[in-house]
Amino acid sequence: MKVSAFQLMPHRELPDDFEQRYRSVWVDPPWWELSDPERVGEYYNWTLDELLYGAKLGLDGLCTNEHHQNAYGFMPNPNLMGAILAKATRDQGLDVAIVQMGSTLATTQPPHRIAEEYAMLDCISGGRLVAGVPMGTSMDVEICYGVPPLEHRERFREALQLIIRAWTTNEVFAWNGKFWQLPAVDVWPRPVQKPYPPIWLPGAGSRTTWRFAAENDLCYCFLSYFGARAAEPVANAYWEDLQELGKDLNPYRFGYLQLVTVSETDARAEEEYARHIEYFYRKCLHIPTEWFAIPGYQDYESLVYALRRGGLRFEELKELRYKDFVDQEFVISGSPATVRDRLEDVIKRLRVGNLMVLLQIGSMPHELTLKNYELFAREVLPHLRGIWEGRWENHWWPKKLLKQPAAT
Amino acid sequence: MVTQRLERLRVWAEQIEVPVDVRGDGPPLVFLHGAGGPHLQGDEFLDRLAQSYTLYMPHHPGTGESDPNDVYKLDNLWDLVLLYDELLEGLGLGPVPVIGHSYGGMLACELAAHCPGRVSRLVAIAPIGLWREDQPVTTLKWTIAPPQELPALLAHDLQAPAVQRFLGSLTPPPGADTETQVKVQARFVWALASTGKFVWPIPDKGLRKRLHRIRAPTLIIWGEQDALVPVAYGEEFARRIKGARLEVVRGAGHLVQLEQVDRVVPMVLDFLRG
Repeated sequence: MKVSAFQLMPHRELPDDFEQRYRSVWVDPPWWELSDPERVGEYYNWTLDELLYGAKLGLDGLCTNEHHQNAYGFMPNPNLMGAILAKATRDQGLDVAIVQMGSTLATTQPPHRIAEEYAMLDCISGGRLVAGVPMGTSMDVEICYGVPPLEHRERFREALQLIIRAWTTNEVFAWNGKFWQLPAVDVWPRPVQKPYPPIWLPGAGSRTTWRFAAENDLCYCFLSYFGARAAEPVANAYWEDLQELGKDLNPYRFGYLQLVTVSETDARAEEEYARHIEYFYRKCLHIPTEWFAIPGYQDYESLVYALRRGGLRFEELKELRYKDFVDQEFVISGSPATVRDRLEDVIKRLRVGNLMVLLQIGSMPHELTLKNYELFAREVLPHLRGIWEGRWENHWWPKKLLKQPAAT
Repeated sequence: MVTQRLERLRVWAEQIEVPVDVRGDGPPLVFLHGAGGPHLQGDEFLDRLAQSYTLYMPHHPGTGESDPNDVYKLDNLWDLVLLYDELLEGLGLGPVPVIGHSYGGMLACELAAHCPGRVSRLVAIAPIGLWREDQPVTTLKWTIAPPQELPALLAHDLQAPAVQRFLGSLTPPPGADTETQVKVQARFVWALASTGKFVWPIPDKGLRKRLHRIRAPTLIIWGEQDALVPVAYGEEFARRIKGARLEVVRGAGHLVQLEQVDRVVPMVLDFLRG
């Protein structure tokens, strides 16, 4: 079992009436009314300190990701964060994976820029990179960066092919693609890990995305804030598709993100974390539902599949309270014993090998975040570690960090 | 009662099958539909034209009864315009009068500019395709408008029966089974996706530089209260197309041909008679 800390880098101090005053947390919340650059500098530094604290406490990986024009999580280039984490963890002798979840392929111009930046991170960290290749949200790709929705997935696929070829080919090659034409590709540097770093594909539940991951032996990561109950149909369909493709059911093929808060008791957890969790769902996810699936963002097959399945409307989140988020499993929160039991159940139900935990949530301040990290790492993490040990090998993890190669 | 049939034509080196809605009898007339798809054009307007003409309405690739994935076989607007040239050739049409609404209005202008010999007369109803810095029109306006705001963007008088019928066709009929609901919703979303491909994120793909090539006599029709593409764009088109006439229709929004069908139909018929 591998457990990584994920940080979004949200605005931690949005006004109480934020969701009444503005129509969305993404695309057009006015920076100039809501933010002070010096204060935001503190958020970035807290985020880095919290992740590094997690590394010291023994978490296996540190995840950062890319988003644009929003107060939900604003790291326009996660590799800037990854570079600091790679250097600091190396200096401190921390054997932790640098998990970039990561640069958005469809919008990076030209995309072998990612091959270059990821290779730099792999060199600086000494081979500890996990290369995330996110599909990217509608808001980021179609709205903020202006990509035609129908080209989103085509661009993604071409970019990934180009990146892998750029990492693996010992020749200077010309790339005559549909979206990119490059006369002479020869990236410097190349990654330490051979043939290239493990690739994770984060998605939000589009059928085409997990099928692509399954077909290409990538680790599909389901990033959702709606807990295991919402994830179960996706996970089940993913495992069914893998079986159909004749692949093994290695749990490390699947990554899953879970919101987690831990305190001394269940009551104390509610007292300390309730308002931050409610802030997250009410403000950080204050997004018009129709922005999430811009026409063409999902291909036709996924669209029909999603329409049949029906979906949750984001507006409904505003009606929910802490108790609902916990009862409906959106968040796993409580005493160490509660969190251990619930997490273990979720890991086994969904068959998660690469778990990501969101330990800084919404407005959660720095000190409380550190407490959450500490209790999680000391009281919960050791109980999860052994879940798949000895039975499956994690092919989606930097080899040098796999201390005891598991028997297959 | 106007006769109606669906023809299917293979074009683009036999790779793309285009369904063509053919209705009525008489000399040929081509209608290019808007971004919402061929099912949202308002039968009354089309049927009244079809009383005097044989009206051909191709379903844009990806929309209507076409294969949803055919749209991937075209890379850009240039491909699309050439596909329409091939399609009209295949139908044995040309020079032929062409009418287009909104997205279809832009395509009609592109076709008349690329292939001036193909289009005998041009009617562009509230076309997109230009850009004004003072009145920006981006694809976000219609692709991600909240469902409750879309009607007011499209129509002036939401209570008018023709508008009510149009809005009714956006959503599945009450009591429809799940498969019908999925089909109606998917068809609408995919029409926006398939048309959006060629104009995303701003429908200014250089038409401004090509309008001077149009030789066909041109009528531009605009709803005075158009909230989606303001009437200033009508003036822009009329100014840039040689000899074009602009008719601004009162009491109408973007769906001017539905909202003021009694005024727009005679206007179009008079113009087509020359």
